[in-house]
Amino acid sequence: MRQLLLPARFSVLFLLGTLLPAGLVHAEVLVADTSRHHVAITTGFTGADVLLFGAVEGKGDIIVVITGPNETVVVRRKQQIAGVWANTDSMTFADVPNFHVIAASRPIGDIADAPVRTQLNIGAANLDLRPAPDSSRRPAGEIEEFRKALVRNKQAEGLYGREPSSITVLSDRLFRTLVHFPANMATGTYTATVYLFREGNPVQIVRKPIVVEKTGVGAEIYSYAHDQAPLYGIAAILVAVGAGWLAGVVFRNV
Amino acid sequence: MHIYLPIAEMSVNILLICGMGGMIGFLSGLFGVGGGFLMTPLLIFIGVPAPVAVGTEANQIVASSVSGVLAHWRRGNVDFKMGAVLVAGGFAGSSLGVLLFKLLQTVGQIDLVIRLCYVVFLGAIGGLMLWESVRAIRRSRVMGARRGKLHQHNWLHGLPLKLRFRRSKLYISAILPFGIGAGVGVLSALMGVGGGFIMIPAMIYLLGMPTSVVVGTSLFQIIFVTANVTFLQAISTQTVDIVLALLLLTGAVIGAQFGSKYSVQLKGEQLRGLLSLLVLAVCAKLGFDLVARPVDLYSIAPVLAH
Repeated sequence: MRQLLLPARFSVLFLLGTLLPAGLVHAEVLVADTSRHHVAITTGFTGADVLLFGAVEGKGDIIVVITGPNETVVVRRKQQIAGVWANTDSMTFADVPNFHVIAASRPIGDIADAPVRTQLNIGAANLDLRPAPDSSRRPAGEIEEFRKALVRNKQAEGLYGREPSSITVLSDRLFRTLVHFPANMATGTYTATVYLFREGNPVQIVRKPIVVEKTGVGAEIYSYAHDQAPLYGIAAILVAVGAGWLAGVVFRNV
Repeated sequence: MHIYLPIAEMSVNILLICGMGGMIGFLSGLFGVGGGFLMTPLLIFIGVPAPVAVGTEANQIVASSVSGVLAHWRRGNVDFKMGAVLVAGGFAGSSLGVLLFKLLQTVGQIDLVIRLCYVVFLGAIGGLMLWESVRAIRRSRVMGARRGKLHQHNWLHGLPLKLRFRRSKLYISAILPFGIGAGVGVLSALMGVGGGFIMIPAMIYLLGMPTSVVVGTSLFQIIFVTANVTFLQAISTQTVDIVLALLLLTGAVIGAQFGSKYSVQLKGEQLRGLLSLLVLAVCAKLGFDLVARPVDLYSIAPVLAH
């Protein structure tokens, strides 16, 4: 079933084109944008709120999905050995979105059925998370346990949403929602995907990128630590020796 | 007031971090210990990733040891020859320790090993110190202290490569301090500590060094070993957060000054008794975390691209 996902997603889009009334296809039914296309992680960064807003022509429901850049994640399971809890088993997942939250204009079950949401990867539980090739031969039940644990841990870190947040709709035309990015978010290109649903089917999709990057002193320290690691190490030692010496001299007679 | 830590990749309260530095600095000034064995677990408790806590704490100990060693140097309480042998051992041990750290991180056992090391060493040292100080307090009540032999002679003194250490008034094999330096170096890299709490008893009981030069010489050695750990962690794991280190040491430097003032008002045995209780409390907390059923049996960690 999962392997069929990509073609299935195309067929949904294809259906969109064929089923829509001719007048709606070329018109811009849905427009959306974000208040910021760029989130800067500065020294004082404690998280950011981005306003996503838009307008829709005619009736319809809105679902917004914000997804972060992909990463590879290892999920480890603990077991008690001689009284001590130790990691004894692990499974690696490739292409895991770092971040995934959704917002909806109505209870999400009323907007789209579970199969549609699964096809479109809407909601943390519906993400297409698959183990890396070396773990993919494990029993399906085990994979499911690890997959659920991955989502649960991401939710605990505040990087995956538990419940859809709400979208405010004004006079069936204008909508807006506030997307919160926590302080522990990764850098990279995030995507805000806005779906317009009618009678349970997506009729239009708008995508907007949001670039998250570190700027200022923090960014320079980070890139220096990674690109010039030996020099960074020496600098860290010199700073510490200098600070220690200074403290020793300043407090000498105290 | 929050600040974003560039390497730990998290936002922390400046006052909390400075306050932690100040508190640990106060205790280290009071008891004359480095405080790494308290700071690293505390950093892990507030959510700093264990590798960042260990790498950064090594960097901070460089600073606190430099400021500590200056006072001992002025009083001539540093045995540089002994220090050099300990440093040589420490370089070998800490380099091995960083390699081991990276390996354990890859196989996902680093947190367990860090915690186990803490429980074992803090439990052993804390227990011994408590026993010692309780005995000393009792003895001082019963009668005046009795002077024993300078040090016992045993098989350790039969080892080859003997060197004369004038400051320490010792003529012993260099293998012994080299081995101690190496052992402490491994722990320094794994646990993010200076290792004074192991080095000092080892210097007194195993090497038989006079107590007057022990603290200065161990601080001298710790500077070089933690500098080596800082450098190697910066290269191999990129876990040294210079911003976090600076915040911690600002608090620690100020706290240490107050601590050392109060320490004059307390007796040696009482101090050691209190310190041992503190060590045992940290040990008990870490030990409990090891055996208590975790909230979630599963945990996640990002896999680095390289």
